Formats: sequence, C-alpha cells, structure tokens
Amino acid sequence: MAKITAGVATSHIPLIGVGVDQGKQDDPYFKPIFAGYDWTKEWIMKPENKPDVVIMVFNDHASAFDQNLIPTFAIGCADEFQPADEGWGPRPVPVVKNHADFAWHIAENLILDDFDMTIINKMDVDHGLTVPLSAVFGQPEEWPVKVIPLAVNVVTYPIPSGERCWKLGEAIARAVESFPEDLKVQVWGTGGMSHQLQGPRAGLINAEWDQKFLDDMTANPEHLPLIPHIEYLRETGSEGIEMVMWLVMRGALKGQVKELHRHYHVPASNTALGHIVLENGA
Amino acid sequence: MPQKVAEYFEELEDIPGTRVFTAKRARKGYWLNQFCMSLMKHENRERWRADERAYLEDWPMTDEQKEALLARDYNRLLDLGGNVYYLAKVFSTDGLSFVDAVSTMTGMSVDDYKKMMMAGGRSPKGVRSIKEGN
Ligand SMILES: [Fe+2]
Repeated sequence: MAKITAGVATSHIPLIGVGVDQGKQDDPYFKPIFAGYDWTKEWIMKPENKPDVVIMVFNDHASAFDQNLIPTFAIGCADEFQPADEGWGPRPVPVVKNHADFAWHIAENLILDDFDMTIINKMDVDHGLTVPLSAVFGQPEEWPVKVIPLAVNVVTYPIPSGERCWKLGEAIARAVESFPEDLKVQVWGTGGMSHQLQGPRAGLINAEWDQKFLDDMTANPEHLPLIPHIEYLRETGSEGIEMVMWLVMRGALKGQVKELHRHYHVPASNTALGHIVLENGA
Repeated sequence: MPQKVAEYFEELEDIPGTRVFTAKRARKGYWLNQFCMSLMKHENRERWRADERAYLEDWPMTDEQKEALLARDYNRLLDLGGNVYYLAKVFSTDGLSFVDAVSTMTGMSVDDYKKMMMAGGRSPKGVRSIKEGN
C-alpha cells in the first residue's frame, strides 16, 4: 500500500535555482540560504526516509498557463514534464518523471471525491516545481524521486480558500491510501513565505507572522485553514498568499505530526525563505 | 459560502500600495498580459527589441497600455490590468531581475531597496489597511 510518510514545505524562489545552477552555494549571500537545506539533504537520502514519489503542490507563474486557461486545481498525469523556458532559456535541470499510474489513480479518486480536477498531459514546469527539487536534491543527473505535479491557481482571484486547500490535502491522503503499490510518498507544499512583488508596498516581510505559521503547523493546525485570504495579503504581502499551498500538504498529514526540521531566512531576493519538514502521524 | 463575494473583493482593495489581480483587473489586462506571454519565444523577443512600437501594433491593447509598456511604468501597468508574473516577461527581456524591476515600483533606488531587504524587508506596520491606517 502507498503511504504518506512526511510533508515538506519550501519557498520556491527563482534565485535559489540561480544559486544552484551557477554554483554559488558558497557565496556569502547564498551561504545562509543553502545551509538550511543541509539537514534535509541528508535526511531525505536515508533509505528509511527516501520517498518513491513526491506529490508536488506548486503554482505556475504564467509559464504553462496564460490568461486563456486558469485551472483552480490541476494534476499532471503524463509520463514526464520538461523544464519551462521562463524568458532566459530552460533551467539546466533533469526532466521531471511522473508515476503516471499513480497520478491517474489520484486524479480519478479526487474527482469521485468531489474535487473537480483539471487533468494535464502536456505542461512545462517552471521554478515553482523545479526550485524545490534543486534546493533539496542539488544537481543530480536524474531526480531521485518520481514527481506528481499538482498545480493550484494562486495568481488570478478568486483563488481557492485555505479551507478548500486543506480539504484537498485530506482527499489526497485518502487517494494515496487506496493505491495498492508499496510506495513511500511525500507531499510537498511550495511557495511563500512573506513577499510582495508589486507596487509601492513591495519588499514587505513579516517574520513574526511567518514564524507563527510555522509554529502552527504542529502547535495549532486546526487554526490554519481558517486564515482568510485577506490576512495573508495584509500581513505577508500579495505573493505571501502562496502559503495556501502549504495547507494542501498539511491537510494530507494526520495524527500527531512532528516537526523534524525548520529553516527561515530573510532575504532571498524579495522574499522570506521558509522551509519545514514534518513527520506524518500514525 | 463563508463570506459575501462583494465583501471579499472590497477587502482586497483596502491594502495600501497593492493591486490584487482580481478577475476585474484580469479582464482589463487580457491583451496586455497575453502580449507579455508572447515574449517567451526567442523570435518574438528579437522582433520586440528591434522595434517595440511596431511590435505593439499587432496587439489590440489600449494606447494607455502601450505607452505604459514603452515607458516601463510598472505601477501604471498594474493599474491597467497587468500582473507581475506576466510583466516579468518584459523586464526579463530587458535583462532585469525581479529585485531590479520590483524596486522601480517603490520609489526607492535599487540599492536602497536591496539594503532594506538585507535589513529584514519592509515592515507591515502602517501598511496593512487603508481604512484602519495600521
Ligand atoms: Fe511563486
């Protein structure tokens, strides 16, 4: 049986990808950014922890989707996905390989569980999906895990509520449990934390709010789905809203969830970098 | 439904210095944003660089949107329905990073903006709500 063993969340700041691609890990600006992933890099490659499949909750940033098609929740079901050309050529990273049988199983289960998923077969994946892989796995020849892309619209409003994202996570957990193959599965939530990339208020960072959000992942999780959009926007900047994607990850975990690792650093480009590793309860 | 729709959208307009990319803005900016997407193709970037005004003639945008694009007036472009992830195609073509381009919207120099980020970023104090002034 497939089993969710852990949840991981991380910012997907393009600059982290630049740091990896250009080998800048030891540069003074990047050093503290990458130091916080050392623990995760070691932890995730231990055989008892290494997932077979990562369900990657991310958003597209006007790369695969434009204003012609805006799916609220979409799941990638093809065998593989190419890195997107975001305006300066595709990132030099491996092709993202899917576990398509498992992805289709999850899509079918979610739809029959009242989540009206959009199914995608052709999609180039941008920094929202590839930067978390680079941050945790570095520069391998091939990604050491299969990846099921799960895209959430957090760009054009209205976007899905935190509560809906949480419930999608719960439905993903049900879908995973009913897949017969023995698989270790992790759900990753990406994006955030505080950042605003537009207008006179750009550069906003609210470390206190971010840290409380990280605390509440284990201390007070039932509060998280109740946070309204307006609170993310006011408190953490217009692009801080990406944190609703962390709730899909957290909603997929159950029981006594334990924090294994945390990393928080300001700044990475315009953004507060946040990263957390959570062990799933029984 | 947890909240009335009109109330939801009204609240989104109450954040100082922020244009949330609502369906209303998306409709206004449809061609502007689709134009931006066209710059993801190398041959289009070349045509744009060669003659920006001529390239814009193919796009059914308003004159205001075209002038704001030529002037790289990003705050104006947000008002006219642009979204930053789309506008990023324009400033990336110009060779600007997110920090370079975003700082132009704040009235600060790039260096001052970078210094602010290194010092922990902009505080939310005083810029949470227009109504509340907090
Ligand atoms: Fe993002």
